Amino acid sequence: MVNALSRKGVNLSIKELDSDIARFRDISISIGAIRQDTWHEPMGPTPFPTLSTLRNWDHALLKRYKPFYLPFCDLCCLCTYGKCDLTGQKRGACGITMAAQQSRIVLLTACIGAATHTGHARELLTSLIDRFGSDLPINVGDVGVEVEAPITRLVCGIRPQTLGDLEPVLDYCENQITQLLSVTHTGQEGSNIDFESKVFHAGMIDHVGMEVADIAQISALGFPKAEPESPLADLGLGTVDVKKPVILVIGHNVTPSAGIIDYLRAEGIQSEVEVTGICCTALDITRYSSRAKVIGPISWQLRYIRSGVPDVIVIDEQCVRTDTLLEAAKVRSPLIATSEKNCLGLPDRTDDTVDDIVRGFVEESIPGALILDPEKVGEVAVRTARLIAPKRKKQGADISKEELGRLAKKCTQCMLCRRACPNDLPLAQAIKAAAGGHLSLLDELYDDCVGCGRCESACTQKLPVHSLIIAAADQKTRTESYCIRTGRGPIQDTEIRKVGGPIVLGEIPGIVAFVGCANYPKGSREVAEMCREFAKRRYIVCTSGCSAMSAGMHRDEYGRTVYEQFSGAFEAGGIVNVGSCVSNAHIAGAAIKIASIFAKRPLRGNYEEIADYVYNRVGAVGVAWGAMSQKAAAIAAGFWRLGIPVVVGPHGTKYRRMLLGRSDKTEDWYVYDARSGGKVYAGPVPEHLFFAAETKEDAMVMVAKLTMRPNDTSKGRANKLANYIDLHKRLVGGIPPDVHLFVRSPADIPLTMKDDVTLYLKDHDWKEQPIPDPTLLPRLIHKKRV
Amino acid sequence: MPLNESWQTAEIPGPKKASLIIKPDIADAMIRRAKRPIMIVGHGIVEYDVEGLKLIDYLIEFATKAHIPVVVTASTNREFLNRGFTPAALMPAVDIGNRLTDPGWKGFDGKDAYDLAIFVGLPYYMEWTILSGLKHFAPNLKTMTLDCVYQPNASWSFPNSTIKDWVVNLKGIVDGLGD
Repeated sequence: MVNALSRKGVNLSIKELDSDIARFRDISISIGAIRQDTWHEPMGPTPFPTLSTLRNWDHALLKRYKPFYLPFCDLCCLCTYGKCDLTGQKRGACGITMAAQQSRIVLLTACIGAATHTGHARELLTSLIDRFGSDLPINVGDVGVEVEAPITRLVCGIRPQTLGDLEPVLDYCENQITQLLSVTHTGQEGSNIDFESKVFHAGMIDHVGMEVADIAQISALGFPKAEPESPLADLGLGTVDVKKPVILVIGHNVTPSAGIIDYLRAEGIQSEVEVTGICCTALDITRYSSRAKVIGPISWQLRYIRSGVPDVIVIDEQCVRTDTLLEAAKVRSPLIATSEKNCLGLPDRTDDTVDDIVRGFVEESIPGALILDPEKVGEVAVRTARLIAPKRKKQGADISKEELGRLAKKCTQCMLCRRACPNDLPLAQAIKAAAGGHLSLLDELYDDCVGCGRCESACTQKLPVHSLIIAAADQKTRTESYCIRTGRGPIQDTEIRKVGGPIVLGEIPGIVAFVGCANYPKGSREVAEMCREFAKRRYIVCTSGCSAMSAGMHRDEYGRTVYEQFSGAFEAGGIVNVGSCVSNAHIAGAAIKIASIFAKRPLRGNYEEIADYVYNRVGAVGVAWGAMSQKAAAIAAGFWRLGIPVVVGPHGTKYRRMLLGRSDKTEDWYVYDARSGGKVYAGPVPEHLFFAAETKEDAMVMVAKLTMRPNDTSKGRANKLANYIDLHKRLVGGIPPDVHLFVRSPADIPLTMKDDVTLYLKDHDWKEQPIPDPTLLPRLIHKKRV
Repeated sequence: MPLNESWQTAEIPGPKKASLIIKPDIADAMIRRAKRPIMIVGHGIVEYDVEGLKLIDYLIEFATKAHIPVVVTASTNREFLNRGFTPAALMPAVDIGNRLTDPGWKGFDGKDAYDLAIFVGLPYYMEWTILSGLKHFAPNLKTMTLDCVYQPNASWSFPNSTIKDWVVNLKGIVDGLGD
C-alpha cells in the first residue's frame, strides 16, 4: 500500500546521523497531513503533469486542428521595446511573430481564467475549512456517485476524501498557473504551437480548479447532490415581490450570500426578505436556498439595479460591473463589497460593529463598505435592507414614457451609440422613432441588448440610452417570470452506466453543453431555442452559468420553460443544469466517467488515454454562444485538451484564434486501428475543435456534425447523420455538401434518407471505408498474442 | 460621419488600414485585375432593402456579370436557391477564411489559389476579425468589402456611407462591369 502525503505536511528523511547520544540510520519522519491511500488503482503515467508532460498529446491534436489566427491588433504592446508592428510578416523587437503573439495572448487569457477559478476555489475552500474543518468528508452524491472527483483523479492521480485533501490539489493548480503565466514573459516561448499546448494545459488546470470549488461547496453547504430532479427556482425580474425588502447578490462566490441566508434562517425571517441574484452567485444561492431567486445573466445588472428594486446590493467576485457603486448610488442602494479581489475603493469595515455599519447605511452617510466576513455581511445586509426599504420605496432610475419622448428629442443622430454597441443595434433609428412617439423599435431592441451600457458612454448628449430601451420595454421586464432547475452538480455513476453504451455507440446522438456568458449576438432566446431543439432530438443537453438562465427565460407554445418541459436527468432528451461556472467541471467529468466507468479505462493519472477515448468515442460538444470572459476561454481550453469541440457565437472570433480541421486534407484524418495496428482513414470527425458560428442556424448544423466520432457504429452514425442532414435541410437548404465524408458504409446512411444520400454519394466518387477501433496513441494498439 | 474610421468605434487595428473605394471604378478595376476572385456572402445581406430590392438581388446580378463564384456562409443559402441562383459553395465564414490563408489551397474547383476575396454581409466584428486573419496570414490575397461601412482590415473597403450613397456605389460597380 502506498502512503500519499499532503503537500501541507512536512517530511524529513535522515540517511545517517551521528550524535552524542545515538547513531541514526534511514529515518523518515512525517509531520502534518498524512492519509492512508485507499485507492487501489495503480498510478498511471502522468500524475500531476507539468507544462510539457502532455505536450505530445497536445501536438497530435494541434496537427489536425491548426490555429487560424484572427489578430485583434496589429501590434504587440507588452514591453517597453514596443509597441512593435507585427504586420506583413514583421517580427517584434524580441523576435516574436504575429502567430506566436496571438497564441501568447490566448495563453494569457486562459491563465486569467484558470487563476480566477482557482483563486475562487482557494478562497471558498479556506472559508469552508475554517467553518467545517478539514476532515469534513467530500460527499457529492448520497447514492450513485463513487467517482466524486473524476478530473482530480485523472489529472492528479489522487482520490480526495475530505476538504483537507483538496488543498494539495489547489497547491498544484497554483503552481502550474504561475509557471504558465511566466511563459508569457518577453523572450520565453517562441513557438505558437507550444504556446497553444500550454493553453491546453491552462485549460486542464482550470477544470481541476473548478472541480475543487464545486465539490467543496456541494459537500459543505448541502447543495443538491447529483439529483436529477433538483428543485425548480424562480427566475426573472417579474418573480420578485417588490413589497418586501430586496437584497441583490452579484458575482460567483457564494460564501457571503450564504451568510445572508444563514442570518435569515437564524432569525426565522426567510419569508420577509427577498434574496435575488445575478450571475453565478444567483445560481449557487438557489442551490443553498430554494427561496432565493435568479434575476438573470450578467446583462441584467444595469437594468435591475436601475429598476430600484434592490434595497441592498452585495457583490463578491468575477463578472461584476465595475461601476456598480455608481449605479447603486443613483438609486440610493448601499453596496457591500465582500471580496479582497474586488474592493471598489471602499473603506474596510470588517472590524466595525454591525450596528455602526447599518447606521451608516440607513443614514446614507456611507455609500458602501468592504466587509470581509461572510457572517457579518449576512447580518448587515438583512438588517439594512429591512430598515432602508420603507425609506427608499424602491426608488429607481427608471424613465417614464413622457420623459422618454422628451429625452429622445435631444438625439442628434450622430450614430455614436450604434457604433459603440457590440451588436451594432440600430439605436439611433429607434430613438428617432421614439421622439415621434413610436416606441416599438426601442422595445424590440430590449431582446437583443447585452446590457453593457457602452451606448450611454458614447452619447454626446448624455442620454441614458440603455434606460430608454428599458423604459420602452417596461411591460416585458415586469412580466419576466420563469423558472430554472437548480444546479444539480455531478452526474451520477449510475446514470453514466445507463447512457455510456448508447453514447459511445452513437444511439444517443450526442451530449451538447450550453455553457458560459451572455454576450449573445441576438439575445438569450437563441440559447433556449437551441436547447429545446436538441432535447427534442434526444441529445443529452447540459446547461450551466448564464446559459442555464437564458435557457429558462423563454416559454414554448404551452407556456413551459425547457426545465418544465424536459427531465433533469442525464439521459436522452434531458436538460441537465449542472449549476454555476465552476459546475462546468461536471460536464467534463461526465465525459471522463464514460471512459472510466462505462469503458473501464484506467483513470488514475492517465490523462492521455482517457482523452484519447473521449476524443474518439464520446460525441460531446460545448456551445458557449455568448462567450465573453477569460474564464470561458479557459473552460473551452480544458474541453479542447479532452478532445471535446467547442462552438462559440460570432463574438467568439475576438478570442483571436480558431482551431479548425481541414476536411479536404485526407492525410490529416488517419487514426491507428487498435486492433490491427494499421493506420486507417477515419474521416474528418470531429471536424473542428474551436469554431465560431455566424448564426444560430450555423451553430446548430455544426453541433450536429461535431458529435460524430470515428468509433460510431453504423447505427449510431446513421442516427447522427439523420440529425445533421435534417438540420441542414431545414436551416440551410439541401443535403450537406460534405455528407459523403461522413458515410463510411451503406449501413451508415439513415434509412429515411437512403435515396437522396445514395444518389449524392454516387455523384461524389464515394468509396466504402473500414470502421476502426480508433486511437491516436500508438501505445494503445493491442499487443498480438504469441 | 468620418469616411475611414472603423464603423464600430473601438475596432482599431493598427498601422495597416484599408484603402478607400471612393468611386465604383476602383472596385471594378480591382475585380477586372483579379485572375481568381471569390465572393464570401454572410447572412446580413437579406436584412437590407435597397430601393425596393434586397441587397441579395444586387449581389446575384453582380456575381453573374463578373463571373465570380459565390460562397455562402450561413442560412442565406435558401434565399439564393429561391432566386434560382446556386452558390459555388456553402462554407462557414471561419472555415473559408482559414482556407484562404493556405497558399496551397486550389479553391473549390481545384484549379488555383484565389487572389481576390470580396466580403459582404457578415456581422461587422466577425468580418473585421476574419479580414485581420487574412491581412496577416494571407499575404498573396487581396481583400475587398462591399458593405456600407469601413472595414480597416480589408485591402479595399467602402467608406462609411448612407444607404443612399451605398446604393449608388453598388449600382455603379454593377453597371461598370458591362453586360
